[in-house]
Amino acid sequence: MNPRIVAALISRYIYLYARSPIRMVEMVFWPMVDILVWGFLTVFLQRNTSGDFPQFITFLLGAMILWDILFRAQQGVAISFLEDVWTRNLINIFVAPVRTAEYLGATFVVGLMRIAVTVTALVLVGWFAYSFNLFVLEWWLLPFFVNLMLFGWSLGIISTALILRWGQAAESLAWAVPFFIQPVVAVFYPVSVLPGWLQPVALALPVTHVFEGMREVMKTGTMDWTSLVWAMALNLVYLALAGALFVWILRFTRSRGLLTKFATQ
Amino acid sequence: MSAAATDEILLEAVELTREFDGVKALDRFSFQLRRGEVLGLLGANGAGKTTAMNCLLGLTLPTSGSLYAFGLELQQHRVAILRKTNFSSSYVSLPGNLKVWQNLLVFARIYGVPQPRRKIDELLERVEVAHLRDRITGQLSAGEATRVNLCKAFLNDPELLMLDEPTASLDPDIADKVRKIIRRARDERQMAILYTSHNMRDIEEVCDRAIFLHKGRIVAEGPPAEIVRRSTEQSLENVFIKIARSGELEDEPASPPVP
Repeated sequence: MNPRIVAALISRYIYLYARSPIRMVEMVFWPMVDILVWGFLTVFLQRNTSGDFPQFITFLLGAMILWDILFRAQQGVAISFLEDVWTRNLINIFVAPVRTAEYLGATFVVGLMRIAVTVTALVLVGWFAYSFNLFVLEWWLLPFFVNLMLFGWSLGIISTALILRWGQAAESLAWAVPFFIQPVVAVFYPVSVLPGWLQPVALALPVTHVFEGMREVMKTGTMDWTSLVWAMALNLVYLALAGALFVWILRFTRSRGLLTKFATQ
Repeated sequence: MSAAATDEILLEAVELTREFDGVKALDRFSFQLRRGEVLGLLGANGAGKTTAMNCLLGLTLPTSGSLYAFGLELQQHRVAILRKTNFSSSYVSLPGNLKVWQNLLVFARIYGVPQPRRKIDELLERVEVAHLRDRITGQLSAGEATRVNLCKAFLNDPELLMLDEPTASLDPDIADKVRKIIRRARDERQMAILYTSHNMRDIEEVCDRAIFLHKGRIVAEGPPAEIVRRSTEQSLENVFIKIARSGELEDEPASPPVP
């Protein structure tokens, strides 16, 4: 992988975002709406249930912010690819000396930048509106962050591969793919709430361990490390599988002559 | 072949075949392109030019046959080949939401161009669009965008350049300027250029050699003037029309009169 090429590709997105403040607004607007609406609803429920759910707001806000780390990492990959499709630049990239790993690497970094913007905004709103401090998770936040980001990248690669295969008609997948798994990965409720047959499926997804771990740390101040090691191992498997899927679909689109449709769509 | 062309083969297709759903878009297509030579690829819509160009760029894999650039097999050495190659098409644009210099700088960095800003300024001067440096790419006219695309194509001083209808939708004045830019690049840099066009004036003025394709097969090959001489037609444009309609360069021999 050539860092110069990765940096060149990242600079394209920096120019794009610097020129278009509306893109920055998109990164903070919807997450802020979510955190305000659901945050105030939770405050209302807390006040009217005689304190039966003392940690409800902490769980909810923590889960929302952590979910956004995953979502923004996925969006970084998928939307960066779509930016190249929308601007008909994809063919220029594919006929330039850019390796697949360099292209994806640049989108990973863009994902990281998107996370920084969104999470900073959410942490500030959480603090000022609800006195919620994400850093209550202390050092656990770091492995949570890494695991969420890695799985977000995997989902981003899968979304991109599907768009590559089915063209712009499938671009809504860039937003939809993370929500396919959201009900299963126990973002807002524990795995034990899920039906028995669904629980092994949930535990086979790395981010389930993160959300379970977040609630455990918030409740007890600690969690089982082996759960996070499992999450990391699963993440590496998913990342490898997503990369293999992307390479296979790229070869498939070349063999079917589908790649050139992105020049004319 | 032009005086500038050498014997060094930069691009070679051997028995290239590409099928789509059982239909052959390219049928055992073979050719060689030498350093310093401009080769025109001609044919009616659907003749196989775009498929050939896409295979040569690695965007589409051939069903069978081989492709070599700089003596290297294309799929195995894609990145090494693309470092010394570039491409411009009137159908592929640079991102319209960035300024001209930003787009060119991104590609200059990808190609590892030394002193990229100076190189960009030089190229913009050369193609007479230096005044567009700070303009938004999406706001350029077709002629301006074509010349900016050519700047991108010249950024890495490619040894092999592929141009897909570079004068499509340009007025005669700008088309003439584009042809001069391409000829100058060929002469000064010894570039090998593969050129597709529907404009016969382009082919006559720019190309040393032309290949006419019909249904994926080569039906005529040689210097444009020689192709006209070999035919019964008066101009390259008429040759084009004849091949597009009959699929052949020569007329069927006339039947002897019935006694």
